[in-house]
Amino acid sequence: MIELAVTLPQSLTRFLQATVEGLSLAAIYALLALGFVIIYKSTQVLNFAQPALLIFGAYMASYLSITWGWGFWIGVLVAIALTAGLGAGLERVAMRPMVGKPVFAAAILTLGLDIGIRVFVNDLIGVNVRAIGDPPEGGFGAPGLPWPQLPWNWGGVIIQPRSVVMVITTGVLVMALLYFFRRSRFGLAMRATAIDQEVALAQGINVGGVFSMAWILGGAMAAVAGVFGATAFAGLSASNAIAALKALPAVVVGGLDSINGAVVGALIIGLAEAYTATYQAQYAPWLGSNFSQVVPYVVMLLVLLVRPYGLFGTEEVERV
Amino acid sequence: MLSVTNVEVVYKDVILVLRGVSLEVPDGGIVALLGANGAGKTTLLRAVSGLLDVHDGEITKGEITLDGERIDHLDPSKIVELGVSQVLEGRRILGEMSVEDNLLLGAHTNRKESSQNVDRVYGLFPVLQQRRKATAGYLSGGEQTMLAIGRALMSGPRYLLLDEPSLGLAPMLVQQIRDLIVEINSQGTSVLLVEQNAMMALSIAQHGYIMETGKLVMDKPSSDLLADEDVQEFYLGLGGEGEAKSFREVKHYRRRKRWMS
Repeated sequence: MIELAVTLPQSLTRFLQATVEGLSLAAIYALLALGFVIIYKSTQVLNFAQPALLIFGAYMASYLSITWGWGFWIGVLVAIALTAGLGAGLERVAMRPMVGKPVFAAAILTLGLDIGIRVFVNDLIGVNVRAIGDPPEGGFGAPGLPWPQLPWNWGGVIIQPRSVVMVITTGVLVMALLYFFRRSRFGLAMRATAIDQEVALAQGINVGGVFSMAWILGGAMAAVAGVFGATAFAGLSASNAIAALKALPAVVVGGLDSINGAVVGALIIGLAEAYTATYQAQYAPWLGSNFSQVVPYVVMLLVLLVRPYGLFGTEEVERV
Repeated sequence: MLSVTNVEVVYKDVILVLRGVSLEVPDGGIVALLGANGAGKTTLLRAVSGLLDVHDGEITKGEITLDGERIDHLDPSKIVELGVSQVLEGRRILGEMSVEDNLLLGAHTNRKESSQNVDRVYGLFPVLQQRRKATAGYLSGGEQTMLAIGRALMSGPRYLLLDEPSLGLAPMLVQQIRDLIVEINSQGTSVLLVEQNAMMALSIAQHGYIMETGKLVMDKPSSDLLADEDVQEFYLGLGGEGEAKSFREVKHYRRRKRWMS
């Protein structure tokens, strides 16, 4: 343990501890929420198959790195690639024929895909919790880099290295995505497609390619979130997919079509959940145990009452 | 040469909109396509640029060729790459993006010559260069039209399809846009100009086509069209003065009916 000489007052420690937990939850939700938003923006379809992509990614990471013994890094990277590929495949086979059909029907189709894939993956996972493995000691596969497996203790606040990794990775991915959308040729094409498909077509943009790209990004980020989830919730089991359902409130709070909104929404939902988990037992015990699991949906309801299109969303966003 | 031969277009499997239309845009020329609302002018442009699919339309007969090669049933991106670029009706600039991003979008298929084409567009429309960082939605109507045309030019097209560039512009601006079209044409881009403003279109085109309910009813050099009595009355708002009103209306109706059938 790395000790910090300062001792903080206990109430502050508790608050900071909850904040740390909240931020690492938010990192997971943010990745999933971004997947929702990117796919929604470019195809107008709310992708309910996100939980399936998450659990598939996490399972592949666990299977490749532990069962096949490929090691953590290769296992995770291949799992991300496979999940991105699955996303692209689903889009091409199932979603592309739905272009031009009512988006409601397409959204229901994603629900079907979700159930199908999850049944399949849950069967593969089996009844026991699977481990996902740790990065090798020494950190990031680079020997000599001081990366402790043990938590830091900063004046009573316990910080898991994985929380730091999660927050930093998510931060980097969000930055990379924003850069991709603002600066790159294909990002510009994706933004244009989101605003006006016919105009995009008239400029010679391959709109089908944009749809594929959206699902590839959504799948890849769901896989990263799945790996994070399996470390944060101590192992991989079928119930990990619930995290993806909690990303939905994050998306709705932030606004369905806003990338910044997805990140802010994830922060709000993650922190609200962590604070509730910490304080609710003490201040509102009558709400019962595990009320923190419900909080994301409560927050979503409140936001929907005040701003039905979310905090950052475009007004009159079509509802599914 | 861009040529359309006997094209028939059906929307939603039942609505026959183009009933065998043939038209030619020669290399380096300006061709005007005139007609009332709903005649099928925009549909014809969509058929050429491959955008029918978005509107659930389909070419059921005929062919469209570019220098002898068939381009109907190609993807729109392929058609843009081959050098046919369309300016959609109503400008359709992306208002949330900057002027520069709108132009870069037009260069999607042609990244290599992008900086060269930007210079060309800024040369044609200096006002766009001044406002290149501005949000496109805040440009004036005339500037937005220029941006829409500039965006289409970014792919370096050989054929430019313009769908009502004069829409919603003040007469002075229409003059300016007209001169710019001539300028673009003189730089080597052939233009197919769809217009409601017949006077403007015929004043710069070498050849004109007139469309009524899905058919071409006239196909003549512009000067002949300008001199044609029917065209003067129906499209240029001239002629027919001094005649007895009721008689004229009967005559008008009959002549119009002959056109529509």
